[in-house]
Amino acid sequence: MSARSVRAKWVEDGSSLPIFIILIAGLLWALFAAHPTGVPAGSYPTLEMHGYIMMGAFLVGIIMLVGVCSNGTPKINLAEYEDKVIKYGVLATTFWGIVGMLVGVIIACQLTWPRIFYFDSMPWLNFGRMRPLHTSAVIFAFGGNALIATSFYVVQRTCRTRLAGGLWAWFVFWGYQLFIVLAATGYLTGITQSKEYAEPEWYVDIWLTIVWVAYLMVFMGTLYKRKEPHIYVANWFYLAFIVTVAILHIVNNLSLPTGMFEAKSYSLFSGVQDAMTQWWYGHNAVGFFLTAGFLAIMYYFIPKRADRPIWSYKLSIVHFWAVIFIYIWAGPHHLHFTALPQWTQTLGMVFSIMLWMPSWGGMINGLMTLQGAWDKLRTDPVLRMLVVSVAFYGMATFEGPLMSIRYVNALSHYTEWTIGHVHSGALGWNGFVTFGALYCLVPWLWKKKELYSLKLVEWHFWLATIGIVFYITAMWVAGIMEGLMWRAYTDLGFLEYAFIETVSAKHISYIVRALGGTLFLLGTFVMAFNIFMTIKGRGLAEPIDGDEPLAKRPVLPVSEPQLGGAAQ
Amino acid sequence: MSYDTLAHIIKLGGTVSFFAVFLLSIAYALWPKNKDKFERASQIPLADLDAPEI
Repeated sequence: MSARSVRAKWVEDGSSLPIFIILIAGLLWALFAAHPTGVPAGSYPTLEMHGYIMMGAFLVGIIMLVGVCSNGTPKINLAEYEDKVIKYGVLATTFWGIVGMLVGVIIACQLTWPRIFYFDSMPWLNFGRMRPLHTSAVIFAFGGNALIATSFYVVQRTCRTRLAGGLWAWFVFWGYQLFIVLAATGYLTGITQSKEYAEPEWYVDIWLTIVWVAYLMVFMGTLYKRKEPHIYVANWFYLAFIVTVAILHIVNNLSLPTGMFEAKSYSLFSGVQDAMTQWWYGHNAVGFFLTAGFLAIMYYFIPKRADRPIWSYKLSIVHFWAVIFIYIWAGPHHLHFTALPQWTQTLGMVFSIMLWMPSWGGMINGLMTLQGAWDKLRTDPVLRMLVVSVAFYGMATFEGPLMSIRYVNALSHYTEWTIGHVHSGALGWNGFVTFGALYCLVPWLWKKKELYSLKLVEWHFWLATIGIVFYITAMWVAGIMEGLMWRAYTDLGFLEYAFIETVSAKHISYIVRALGGTLFLLGTFVMAFNIFMTIKGRGLAEPIDGDEPLAKRPVLPVSEPQLGGAAQ
Repeated sequence: MSYDTLAHIIKLGGTVSFFAVFLLSIAYALWPKNKDKFERASQIPLADLDAPEI
C-alpha cells in the first residue's frame, strides 16, 4: 500500500473519502464517549460501553477501508451487479432472524413460567429489557436487513444497472449492523428513550440517520442511472419506505441530550403532542417499514417466482398511492380514549378503515398473479410461502382496521389481542414473505440450480404455519377473555375480577403461545440449515454450468505431446 | 386564527386535496395512453438479464 495509490483511489471513486471522514469523526467522538466524566453516579447508564463498542467498530471500519483502497485501482466493474453486499445481507437477515425469534421465545417463557425464567443474577435479562430487544431485533435487524438486501437486488435488476455509489452500499450494510448492536446492547443496559420502536438514544439515532441517508442516496443514485426508462412499481414502494422512514425517524427522535457525551436525552415534545408524534411514527413504522417495504418484496418476488407478470399493473399504481396517502394518517387510532382531541382520534380511525381498500386491493393483486399457475402452489413450497404471506397480509390488514374502531378498541386495547394481531402480521406476512425472498435469493446469488432441499422448505412451511396458528389463536382467546374480565362488574357495581385473576387466567394461552413461537423458531433453524447447505452446494444445489469455481472444474488432459518437437 | 378555524380549514382542505390526489392516481392508472407503458412495465421483473447494461 502506498499513499499515492490510496489517493488515486479516492480521486477516482467518490465514496471512500467521505466514508473515511465519517469513520474518523465517529472514532473521535467515541474516544471521548468511552471516558465519561461528570455524570452523577448511579443516575443513569453512562456511555462507557457504547464508547468502546463504537471505537472498536470505527477502527475496524477504517482498517477495512484502507485495506480496500490499498491496491489503488477501484474494483468496481460496471458490467456486473453488486451482489456481494446482498449476500452479506442475506446472511445477516438469517442470523438476526434467529436471534430475534429466540429472544421472543425466551420472553414468552418468562411470561409463562416466571419462576424458572426470572434470572436473579442477571437483571439485564429482565422481561422489561428483553421485550424491546425482541421487537427491534425482529423488525429492524431481521426485517431491516431483508429490506436492504432485497432492495439492492431488486433495484439493480429492474433498472438493469449496477448499484450506484461505490463503497456506500457497504457503508450502509455495516453501518446498519452497528446500529443494531448499539440498539440491542443499549436496551439491555438500560439506555433507552422509552419510545416504542424508537428506543435507541440520541447518538444512535444520529448514526442511523447518517446510514439511512446514505441508503437513500445509493437507492436514488441507482434509480437515477437506470437503463430501464420505467421505474418498476417495487421500486416505488422501496423508495416510499426509505424516504418516509427517514422523515419519521428524524421527527420522532428530535430531542435534547443532557450532554455531548451522555447517554440521556429529553424529547422536544411533551404531553399529548409527544404521544401523537410517537404514534404517528409508530404506526408508520408498521405502514412504511413493515408494509410498503415488504410489498416491494411481494411485487418483485411473486411475479419472478411464479414467472408471470403482476395481475394488474394499474391496480399496483392505485395500491401504491392509496397506501402511502392513507397510512400516514392512521396513527391516532393508538390513542383512543386519551387526551388527544376526539376528532383526531376519529380521523385516525376513519383513515384506518379506509386502508381496507388498498390493502385488499394489494392482496388481490398478489394472489391473482398466480392466475393460471395455481398448480405451482402444490409443487413449489417457496412460492406457497410467498402466497401464504400475502394471505396473512390480507388477514392482518382486515383485523387492524377492525381494532382501530373506537368501541372495538375499548375491548382490545392493552390486551393480548393486540399481541396476536401484530404477530399474525409479523410472523405470517413479514416473516413468510422474507423467508420466501431468502429462498429465492440464495440460489440466485450463489448461482445454484435449486435449494439444497425443497423437502426442508416444506418442513419449514408447516412448522411455521402451525406455530402461527397456535400463536394467534392463543392470543385471541387470551385477549378477548382478559378484555371482558377487565370490564365485568358485579351486581353491586364493583369490578368482578382482581387484576391478578386476569393474569392467572391467561396461563394456558401463554403456554400455547410459547409452543407456537418455538415451532416458528424451529422452522427458522431449518431454513438457516437449508441456506447453509445451499451455499455449500450440497443436495439439489448444484452449481449452474459455467459458474463452477475454477479449482473444482475437472482437469482437462493436457499431457501427451502429440508431435515431438512441435510441442510449443 | 383560533384553533377551531385552523382545525376546520385543515379538515376541509385535507378532505378535498386527498380526494383530488386519489382521483388523479386513478386517472393516471386508467389513462388509455398509458396502457402499453404499463403492459411493458409489468414484464420488467421477468425480463432481467444476468448482467447490467452498460
